[in-house]
Amino acid sequence: MEIFTEQLINGLTLGSIYALIALGYTMVYGIMRLINFAHGELFMLGAYVGFTMLVSSFASGQTSGLLVLAAVLLGAMAVVAATGLTVERIAYRPLRHSHRLTAVVSALGASIFLQNAAMLIWGKRYQAYPSAFVPTGRFEMLGVHVTAMQLVILATALVLMLALYFFVQRTMIGMAIRATAIDHDTARLMGIDINQIIRLVFVIGPALGAAAGIMIGLYYRQIHYTMGWSYGLKAFTAAIMGGIGNIPGAMVGGLLLGVLEILGAGYLSSAWKDAFVFIILIGLLILRPHGLLGERVAEKV
Amino acid sequence: MNKPYVRWIAYAVLAAVLIAFPSAAGRYWTDVAVFFGIYVILGLSLNLIVGEVGLFNMGHAAFFAVGAYTTAILSTQYGIPLVWLFPVSAATAALFAYVVTRPIIHLRGDYLLIVTIGLNEIVRIALINNPGGLTGGPNGLLVLDRITAFGWSARTPADFYYITWGLIALIVFALIRLQNSRIGRAWNYVREDEVAASAMGIDVRWAKSLAFTLGAGLAGAAGTLYAAKIRIISPDSFTFSESVILFCIVVLGGLGSIPGVIVAAGALMVLPELFRDFLEYRMLVFGAAMIVMMIFRPQGLWPSRRWVRELMEEPAAGPGGGPQGPGTGVSAPAAGGAEK
Repeated sequence: MEIFTEQLINGLTLGSIYALIALGYTMVYGIMRLINFAHGELFMLGAYVGFTMLVSSFASGQTSGLLVLAAVLLGAMAVVAATGLTVERIAYRPLRHSHRLTAVVSALGASIFLQNAAMLIWGKRYQAYPSAFVPTGRFEMLGVHVTAMQLVILATALVLMLALYFFVQRTMIGMAIRATAIDHDTARLMGIDINQIIRLVFVIGPALGAAAGIMIGLYYRQIHYTMGWSYGLKAFTAAIMGGIGNIPGAMVGGLLLGVLEILGAGYLSSAWKDAFVFIILIGLLILRPHGLLGERVAEKV
Repeated sequence: MNKPYVRWIAYAVLAAVLIAFPSAAGRYWTDVAVFFGIYVILGLSLNLIVGEVGLFNMGHAAFFAVGAYTTAILSTQYGIPLVWLFPVSAATAALFAYVVTRPIIHLRGDYLLIVTIGLNEIVRIALINNPGGLTGGPNGLLVLDRITAFGWSARTPADFYYITWGLIALIVFALIRLQNSRIGRAWNYVREDEVAASAMGIDVRWAKSLAFTLGAGLAGAAGTLYAAKIRIISPDSFTFSESVILFCIVVLGGLGSIPGVIVAAGALMVLPELFRDFLEYRMLVFGAAMIVMMIFRPQGLWPSRRWVRELMEEPAAGPGGGPQGPGTGVSAPAAGGAEK
């Protein structure tokens, strides 16, 4: 039972990271009906920018402290948000009214570009995250081991997700985001600046992705320039599972995917764990074609 | 191109150039032309699914993998001649596609896209995990046999070149016939408006399933050719990024356009060869080029005539053409105009 609970906590930790990435996919999709294939790369970029910042602050004498970590988190979120805005401006805005597939290919192009840019900047090898900043310590609660790092990740992810949820549900800007997701034209008639909303979404999504990137770096201690593909794919799967376009859906989908993946790896087979995730996705979509929380809307009637 | 004889002269010149190519170019470029040709076949097969019917399939490498592995397994374990394996691999890949896409064929747009990506990953992971000791795990399989027919066997790059491009000529001819047939028009109708198509008596499920089956079959045959040429196949050759490249070939060329696929496959396969000296930067440039291309030539390098007409009409449908209701998923391409 303890092992199961520990696995569950491992799954929730990984799942909360997936959820943060999935939120970026789902928000962009909700507003623009576009799969932002570059989002996985923005997540990767967040991990690398955080890495550079941590290494340089380590070199300048800072050795530990959650304060440094928080500053690096915010710094990387800002840098990646700026990159996200640039990608939107260059690769997506000119295509906003064109065919869906052209935007998909443009997104794939942006993804390839960012991935190779990261490779040229940081090199082809794995980079190890400076361990000085990783919170150490293990706790035992009711016979279950939890590491401090896991608690930090879970807490940070929870704060970020709650902040986003209240921002979208309770503020005027959040209402504008929801209105834009429902209908661009009507939202525009109500005085909402669609361009501002899209820019905002391209700030929030990449910023959350960057936070997730740093968490992955701290959690697994190593990062690679290709990790955007694999984590991005998982997170996108999570967003689809929850019902793409739906913000609570992405959170639920991310957590569920993380737990299923860890439990699948632990109890079934670790070599097949990724296949297992996709089999569950396919099964789920056969039963519920619009995901767990997705609304069923008739098309073209 | 309106006068028929001009067209025939153009075809004759093209055929002469294709036939003369291996003797004019060296072994290296003949080899490049063979791999280019394999990508052309794969692009054409995916074009049936993405271009003609508008089904977002971003896992096409899975069908290619089924064809290649069927070839390798039957050839090495049972000693079946490679020539016979063309139809066998095609049939296996087609059957595989039919079975696995049956439960998911009704999924729309982006949901289908993620599921096909998932299929691709499942197939790749299965190949790595070596079920039943059949696939050789991460190292893959070795194909020792050669393509042999009537006492002649393919050895030099030029031999493979003629086999590949001969096949392409046959396939292109068949696909043009298919495009103009009842089936081809039914496919385009489904792509434009599913509801209207089914109201007109087209069995939408059947049309989609047929596209997947035929497209996968063609990819399976390409798998045999690939296995025979490269001699060693491993799961690394059938990754998600391979599917992405194929998807890009179809969209960059112009959806539903046969010459477009050939031009785009050439751009994606041959240009990187020319820029080998800039190895480190070429993918960076490639990514940027994809964005630039979509912004300035969204209809593709060589768009099909049906699509040009459609793209011309779309803006008239109303301003915006943007996203519609929440959670609508997506419908067939160009739905922005049709939904209004």
